[in-house]
Amino acid sequence: MNDSLLEVRDVTRSFGGIRAVDALSFDAERGKITGLIGPNGAGKTTVFNLITAVYRPTSGSIRFEGVDLTRKRPDEIVRCGVARTFQNIRLFKRMSCLENVMTPLLARVACGPLRALFCGPSVRNEKRAVQEKAYSIMEALDIADVADRNAFTLPYGQQRKLEVARALACAPKLLLLDEPAAGMNDAETEELAGTIEKVRRNFDVTIILIEHHISLVMSICTYIVVMDRGALLASGTPREVREDERVVEAYLGRRRTGGKRS
Amino acid sequence: MDYILNIVLLACINMIAVAGLAIFTGFTGLFSLGHAAFVGIGAYTSGVLTYHWNLPFIWAISAGMAAAGASSLIIGIPTLRAKLRSDYFAIAILGFGEALRVSLENLPWTNGARGLSLDELSGPVWVIGALVICLFLTHNLLISRFGSLFAAVREDPVAAEMAGINLFRTRLLSLVVSAALCGVSGALLAHRLAFIQPVMFTLTQSTQLLASVIAGGMGSISGPMIVAFIFSLLPEALRGLNMWRLPAYGLLLVLIMTYRPQGIMGYQELTDIFRKARKRFK
Ligand SMILES: Nc1ncnc2c1ncn2[C@@H]1O[C@H](COP(=O)(O)OP(=O)(O)O)[C@@H](O)[C@H]1O
Ligand SMILES: [Mg+2]
Repeated sequence: MNDSLLEVRDVTRSFGGIRAVDALSFDAERGKITGLIGPNGAGKTTVFNLITAVYRPTSGSIRFEGVDLTRKRPDEIVRCGVARTFQNIRLFKRMSCLENVMTPLLARVACGPLRALFCGPSVRNEKRAVQEKAYSIMEALDIADVADRNAFTLPYGQQRKLEVARALACAPKLLLLDEPAAGMNDAETEELAGTIEKVRRNFDVTIILIEHHISLVMSICTYIVVMDRGALLASGTPREVREDERVVEAYLGRRRTGGKRS
Repeated sequence: MDYILNIVLLACINMIAVAGLAIFTGFTGLFSLGHAAFVGIGAYTSGVLTYHWNLPFIWAISAGMAAAGASSLIIGIPTLRAKLRSDYFAIAILGFGEALRVSLENLPWTNGARGLSLDELSGPVWVIGALVICLFLTHNLLISRFGSLFAAVREDPVAAEMAGINLFRTRLLSLVVSAALCGVSGALLAHRLAFIQPVMFTLTQSTQLLASVIAGGMGSISGPMIVAFIFSLLPEALRGLNMWRLPAYGLLLVLIMTYRPQGIMGYQELTDIFRKARKRFK
């Protein structure tokens, strides 16, 4: 409890009459993978949008390493150490994969506009260093072979990986993954579980994972937060959550109709 | 010979303004129906300075550039702050251009709608020198990290912010540089034609700049350069067609957009094509 990287407290966000997120509180423990699950429309993506200031909370607070995020701009939040992927993949489509991963690194390079205007070649050398760094991130995710291709030409699964690579290029402490396995087959999903675990270790990040593949969530998360209609339904270890009656009823139960209940 | 030289110089002057708009629209992905206003500010600032105060031409050009860049802040700061609704800018700049024309017609030192007669200072050395310098600086900016940041903002503003890019500052930088280039173009234009009038800097001219950028190709500098050059020469080349000149110009535009909707050079440069061709050759 003391070692939470992110503290979400009483966060509410309404869209018109709908409370997409309703007085939600949870923590993400440093160095761990926290699962965020719940039926479609439960408000999971909205939680990510609130953490990253795509939307502002109607009320409540979000603290990251003790710093309040709710008044910061998205790019400031990224600089604090939060990065994310998007449920509906948002790549820089007409840029190469390598350029996609280079972008967050370039956003941090200290080179003002005047220097950029007047010192062409010396600036180019700086870009080369960034290129190498981006390439090594792509290698870590096994997508270095597509570095030169245009992002939109990649198959779905690799686009998702590329988004993870771009997020890692932000050098995050907290990585938010929004349904990274969506559209993947079982083999790819299994491989993804390994990749996420590897990313957590090698890049030393804390992860919050939104996912519908329950087996994936159960296998790699140390803590799970279950949402339903915007509110917290239950939270705990995978085992506690699996055995929680409300969860079984509201969410897991639906998926298991006909199967045996444990 | 003088006649042809004059047309080529005007084409070069136009190319500077188009390069400016290409940075803003083609690379950063924001549309403007008012960039002729920045050309006008460059033209009038430099014109008033040489006309009333006999300032050396280099200072007049610099002042025109600075005035255009600075005035873009006035319009850019409030509108680009509404970060995701970039269409605010397109509408606001339209009003800005109109307001500028009315102001120029009524300010004491602009000689109103009758226009200002100036000295013909923009010789070939000035024009071609300025074009080379402007294209050099544009090239430097676009190969620097800012070229990538602009493109990321164009491709997906939300994802760009999530990559740590300050959307407002990046868009504003793109606007100021593009306006400054338009200002240089205006200063040269004023002292090439040796005469300026407020009606020379309205929606019609803005639309022509935008048409060059889109027909030349978004995300490209060489494409819009080629198109700007052709469009500047074309009316003269088609002089024999008389009243059919404008329809011919329109027809060309329609043909380009039908057969190459991404523009002549969409998202690449001439040098990319050479590189690919060389690869294939090997
Ligand atoms: N920008 C928005 N405007 C209006 N309603 C929204 C907006 N974003 C999300 N919602 C609503 O909030 C609820 C939760 O959506 P979401 O967070 O995407 O759910 P989940 O990711 O859990 O499937 C839905 O009812 C959705 O319609
Ligand atoms: Mg969602």
